[in-house]
Amino acid sequence: MKNEAIKIFQKKKKAVLENWMKFQLADEGLREDLMSNEDLRSQSEELLDAFIDNLSDENIDDPANSAFEAIVDILSGISISRAKQGFSPRETGIFVFSLKDALLNVLQQEIKDPQELYVQSLKIIKIIDSFGISTFETFIKGREEVILRQTDEISEISTPVIRVWDGILALPIIGTLDSARTQIVMENLLQEIVESGSSIAILDISGVPAVDSLVAQHLIKTVSATRLMGAECIISGIRPEIAQTVVHLGIDLSQVVTKASLASALKTAFGLLQLQVVKKQKQQQITE
Amino acid sequence: MVTLNRESMSIMREIDVIPFRNRLKEYAVKIGMSLVNQTKIITAASELARNMLKYANGGKVTIEVVSKGRENGIRMVFKDEGPGIPDIDKAMKDGFSTGKSLGLGLPGTKRLVSEFAITSEVGKGTTVIVTKWKNG
Ligand SMILES: Nc1ncnc2c1ncn2[C@@H]1O[C@H](COP(=O)(O)OP(=O)(O)O)[C@@H](O)[C@H]1O
Ligand SMILES: [Mg+2]
Repeated sequence: MKNEAIKIFQKKKKAVLENWMKFQLADEGLREDLMSNEDLRSQSEELLDAFIDNLSDENIDDPANSAFEAIVDILSGISISRAKQGFSPRETGIFVFSLKDALLNVLQQEIKDPQELYVQSLKIIKIIDSFGISTFETFIKGREEVILRQTDEISEISTPVIRVWDGILALPIIGTLDSARTQIVMENLLQEIVESGSSIAILDISGVPAVDSLVAQHLIKTVSATRLMGAECIISGIRPEIAQTVVHLGIDLSQVVTKASLASALKTAFGLLQLQVVKKQKQQQITE
Repeated sequence: MVTLNRESMSIMREIDVIPFRNRLKEYAVKIGMSLVNQTKIITAASELARNMLKYANGGKVTIEVVSKGRENGIRMVFKDEGPGIPDIDKAMKDGFSTGKSLGLGLPGTKRLVSEFAITSEVGKGTTVIVTKWKNG
């Protein structure tokens, strides 16, 4: 004999879907800008079909049953794509939990015996709750993927090499200088030195939040590599609090040319290239 | 010493260090720590977190806002279950490193903070406790 609830759901699938859509569309936070109502409907229908078709006497008491894996897969797909589209966890949560409301609503209409209604409702609640947990787990995984991708993108775009003057390169570094990033900075810098034939590189660390011994080691390595290419490397943007901290840490930067600001580094670079910046004389003064 | 606030975070990957450092900065700003002391404690935290990652495959850090008399400060406990340090005296020397790095993390951290304590047991793990007073 088939479980009462399963029979009801199979018979009333349409009503469940209508109910579910009603609950979802009623939510004020519904993101119609992110997904059309038609898409939402077809997504909901697919999930509901899979759920009702898979529900059986064996698994209705067992939320961890392998028969639900297919549904959890669909949910995970929805959850991940929603995370990437920028849905909030609340909207994704409502998607799952309003299905519970819809199912319970139909059960309530169909089962007259309160005891039976309670027993069946509890089973459904347990299953949907376990779906909810899976959904949140995958939602967070989706978000983490976004974050990881952004981290990669940021470290790619945030290490530009700028030709500030003929023969002078500048590299503003913003953010944490970890091993992976140092590698990118160093490669970009060495390549630009060759391509532009520059003899001076200024590494500006105004945007680096902290210089610990690893960052310092990376900086020293970059300076040595630049020198091996026959160019000079100046480190600028060492703020007073960073200078103090570096000294306490015991890092020896005496072999490195350091400057407080990019401007003073540029001045030093001009000096090394025997260039001079002079104020333009006024027109009359020249003709005089 | 009285603990006013306590928070734990696990440091298992390099990216876990960023939210930890941000949290630490928030606390340091909240108790009104000077910029120099903020930078010192953040740098110390960065050294100890990196050591946990590099030598012990990660660990746990607890940040506490503490107060003693009229002075507020931040106390951090770095606890890992890594291989431990066989000779702490040696590890505390400037330039000693088994990891081909500068060997300044532990001795440098000790110079950056107000109070520093390290315990380690080979095969069990390492715990480093540091405190930085607001004006210390
Ligand atoms: N959490 C830890 N677990 C095991 N060994 C550690 C730990 N922290 C530090 N060490 C040991 O102490 C040495 C010195 O550490 P540190 O002063 O930070 O310098 P570095 O990290 O540059 O080697 C390390 O090379 C390592 O052998
Ligand atoms: Mg270290």
